[in-house]
Amino acid sequence: MKISIKSNLIIMLIFITIVLSAPIWGKVIGAAYPDLLQKFAIFALFAIGFNILFGLTGYLSFGHATFLGVGSYTAVWMFKLFSMNVLPAIILGTLMSGVFAYIIGYLSLRRSGIYFSILTLAFAQMAYSLAYSVLTPITNGETGLQLSQQDPRYLDALFGVAVSDGLPSTNFFGLSMSGYSGFYFCAVILIIGFYVSLKIFRSPYGLKLTAIKSNQKRMKYTGFNTRPYLLSAFMISGMYAGLAGSLMAVTDPLAGAERMQWTASGEVVLMTILGGAGTLIGPILGAVIIKYFENIFSALNTAELHSIFSFMPKFMENIFVFITNPFVGDGWHLMLGVLFMLVVIFLPGGVLEGLGKVTNLFKRILGFKSTKQGASKGESS
Amino acid sequence: MDAIFLQVLNGLDKGGAYALIALGLTLTFGTLGIVNFAHGALFMLGAFCAVLFNKIITFSVKVKDESITFFDAYKEQPYLEIWWGDIGSTIIDYSIPLSLLFTIPVMLLIGVIMERGLIKHFYKRPHADQILVTFGLAIVIQELIRTFFGANPIPSSAPAIVSGSAAIGAWFGLNDSLVYPWWRLIYLVFSIIVIFAVFVFLKFTTFGMVVRAGMADRETVGLLGINVQKRFTIVFGLATVVAGLAGAMYAPILPPNYHMGMDFLVLSFVVVVVGGMGSLGGAVFAGFMLGMLQSFASMNEVKAIIPGIDQVIIYLVAVIILLIRPRGLMGREGVMDD
Repeated sequence: MKISIKSNLIIMLIFITIVLSAPIWGKVIGAAYPDLLQKFAIFALFAIGFNILFGLTGYLSFGHATFLGVGSYTAVWMFKLFSMNVLPAIILGTLMSGVFAYIIGYLSLRRSGIYFSILTLAFAQMAYSLAYSVLTPITNGETGLQLSQQDPRYLDALFGVAVSDGLPSTNFFGLSMSGYSGFYFCAVILIIGFYVSLKIFRSPYGLKLTAIKSNQKRMKYTGFNTRPYLLSAFMISGMYAGLAGSLMAVTDPLAGAERMQWTASGEVVLMTILGGAGTLIGPILGAVIIKYFENIFSALNTAELHSIFSFMPKFMENIFVFITNPFVGDGWHLMLGVLFMLVVIFLPGGVLEGLGKVTNLFKRILGFKSTKQGASKGESS
Repeated sequence: MDAIFLQVLNGLDKGGAYALIALGLTLTFGTLGIVNFAHGALFMLGAFCAVLFNKIITFSVKVKDESITFFDAYKEQPYLEIWWGDIGSTIIDYSIPLSLLFTIPVMLLIGVIMERGLIKHFYKRPHADQILVTFGLAIVIQELIRTFFGANPIPSSAPAIVSGSAAIGAWFGLNDSLVYPWWRLIYLVFSIIVIFAVFVFLKFTTFGMVVRAGMADRETVGLLGINVQKRFTIVFGLATVVAGLAGAMYAPILPPNYHMGMDFLVLSFVVVVVGGMGSLGGAVFAGFMLGMLQSFASMNEVKAIIPGIDQVIIYLVAVIILLIRPRGLMGREGVMDD
């Protein structure tokens, strides 16, 4: 059997190495905190799921944060009612989002294009405002759903898990989910999620999804009923979002309605686009880039900017600080917006397309003949 | 009866704002085929034009406060009052209506620059790309405003003469205690006038005729030797101005804050889609209809029957309408059909 660089096995091995060694390479770029690494993994999972819908079928959903929120709420309720063990929480969180995704997808997928985007947005807004107002008994409104000392936790009581004095922390069969063990748990889930997405990308099923993107009408003429494919893709991506949401609850057991706001849906769209929609590792790259820079830039302030530019003459330093100041700290969103526009305008294929262009350029300079135009590192579809 | 009358007014009022924003949105869509997610941000920019204008004319200097004699007290006095006395203070009092004169050229300029600088390059790109780039632009505009004006809402007041309430009950022979804020009535009248003006402009001028022809069949109009593109750019500017005017007049009702655009954007998109993409009449009708529905849903009697209905009624109606009438209420055939 010939093993090529692009076979599943090799890709998975490389991926597993990169993910599990994150605390090591994280040190080099100054990101080796479990909190941040967890965020990388969770948002990467969210983006992978979104990519299965948007990247493969081309349906732009503006309501994916709903599933994130549903996953979080379900997970926290599981912690409150049954057990602090994370396994039931993430399983039920995922399933619950799947149910929601089925209902929303069943209705929204009757339309396509912009109408689909608006429908998903409408559902997301509905969920968001309901979580704030009427559903307060379930969601605890503006305060957000939290654990409390009085929670029953029937399963824990049944198995005689010792009750501690403070608020209990989440665990995986006794292994506490704080610090690096929490990160490794998320990392393992991410690896499984990535493997599933790899399998979907390289299956006949994935091929049919891409066929929907390129020409749905023609596909219908060949006798395929596209609706079950779309609905299942929508459900799968909703379940990924629910999984990511319940992992958020695992690392920090509270859930708030702001997780369902439509800016949160916009963020995952940005991650996917930035990395490269429709590619395998693009969304993961996008999620890591955005969360990494968010972490760096939102922590900067004016004084630190002065020290960064202090090698320049005084007036130059002041000019540079004046220009960059609105972009850091609270202004991180401004930076995000600018980045968003630049990527959409100049690099519709995302960072991966950019990398591909750069490699091609080098190949031409060094004299290798480039056979494929715009070949990219990932699995471009 | 009184309560219903009041809710009708509330609904018309809200509907006026929705219709104004949706009108611009659907106009851009019908002419340029652009899905503009930055339209809410333009509405917000209009409101901040009013704020900025107010800031400029109340540019003040510290002077000694003569009315306090116990100690040296200072107060801010606008230059306008120092120079022109009473006329100056009247101008400051009327800053919101006057700011419209400032808003129109500024918004027109912003609209034309935006179309020439950014939107132009997105005609041929898929709708998803248009949504994304304008969404990015909306974030940028919003954050820039936050950098310059801060995150807190900036209260702006209507002219003193209309800051109270109108005894509207007495006018219609209903209960005398029935009152309604003057400024909201003015806003309603204003929105109807603007909508009417846009319709007259499109129906009864040569320019409007060409634009409508271009909406129907761009290629043929182009073949007749008419520069459609130039006119569409102006229409985009017009849509921007309408959004800006809606925002500037809304400032006394809702103190402008940097994220008001996003809040309105989602709603106005729903309005456009319910009315039918690219249909002007549909947008206006749907705007008023959804405004009405929303205000009736927020009555206590209704909320007692179905709790939380006021939060979701608009989206619920939108979902139902889109599922039973896929093109919206008045959508034309062939526009965004797939």
